Amino acid sequence: MMKAKIEITLKNGVLDPQGKAIEGALSGLGFQEASNVRQGKVIEFEIDAVDEAAARDRAEEMCRKLLANPVMENYSIAISA
Amino acid sequence: MKSAVIVFPASNCDRDAAVALRDATGNQPVMAWHGDRDLPDVDLIVLPGGFSYGDYLRSGAMAARSPMMETVADRAAKGVRVIGICNGFQILTERGLLPGALLRNAGLEFVCGPVAMRVEAAAARFAPSLTAGEYVTFPIAHHDGNYTAEKDVLDRLEAEGRVAFRYVANPNGSANDIAGVVNEAGNVLGLMPHPERAISQVLGGVDGRRFFEGLVGAMAAA
Repeated sequence: MMKAKIEITLKNGVLDPQGKAIEGALSGLGFQEASNVRQGKVIEFEIDAVDEAAARDRAEEMCRKLLANPVMENYSIAISA
Repeated sequence: MKSAVIVFPASNCDRDAAVALRDATGNQPVMAWHGDRDLPDVDLIVLPGGFSYGDYLRSGAMAARSPMMETVADRAAKGVRVIGICNGFQILTERGLLPGALLRNAGLEFVCGPVAMRVEAAAARFAPSLTAGEYVTFPIAHHDGNYTAEKDVLDRLEAEGRVAFRYVANPNGSANDIAGVVNEAGNVLGLMPHPERAISQVLGGVDGRRFFEGLVGAMAAA
């Protein structure tokens, strides 16, 4: 069994009001050095596949079919043993 | 005139939609469960508002992949009229039956209350009881109504007259003040405001009733 970790982020240029709110809160706490805050999500799961390439192919298909919305999101896939 | 309302887990405007359709068509609509595939022949399908699957992952994402949505997509391709209201609009964009996506409201808050909208060309074609350029008021109630699409998609929607409704005072940051759009063929409409909640003076207005009656009248005449 391998582990898959999918990182989903909003595309550049897509407004991220939650990121903006977090940035405001960080600034309020004195972290003015943080800028351009973007919030994304991570989805992890165990995956049964013959090898890493096969696992990656299936995870890619999952992203295309459900996990990410290409209109507003980018994704990256990491497979580990 | 036969109609159907698709019921998803955590739909909460399905019965309101059913009342609006019953009043406009004179027939009780079919209530179709999202997990089924079979749907009788109907002329009009409504995807109702609500919070299907608790808005998990993305609003409408899981509902858009349900078995009944295969059927809805087939029917839409055959020209059956489909209306997605609020969560129904999100489901239509997630399914790819309408372009764009609905993001978190720019102000981050859930917005709720009656909103005035300008009727655009696509809505007047969809429901000829409405006239392009006039103003109607439907209630809104959503957290993810911030319509967005790539610039070329927005330009195309505008050039092809596919914007249906536009907010007078934008409540959610949506691009070009868009409250609703139609697909290329013009038989699929998605909108964030709720016409089914504006079907009686007791509820605060009848613009929604005019919308449904005009739509049904035009379909009956066709």
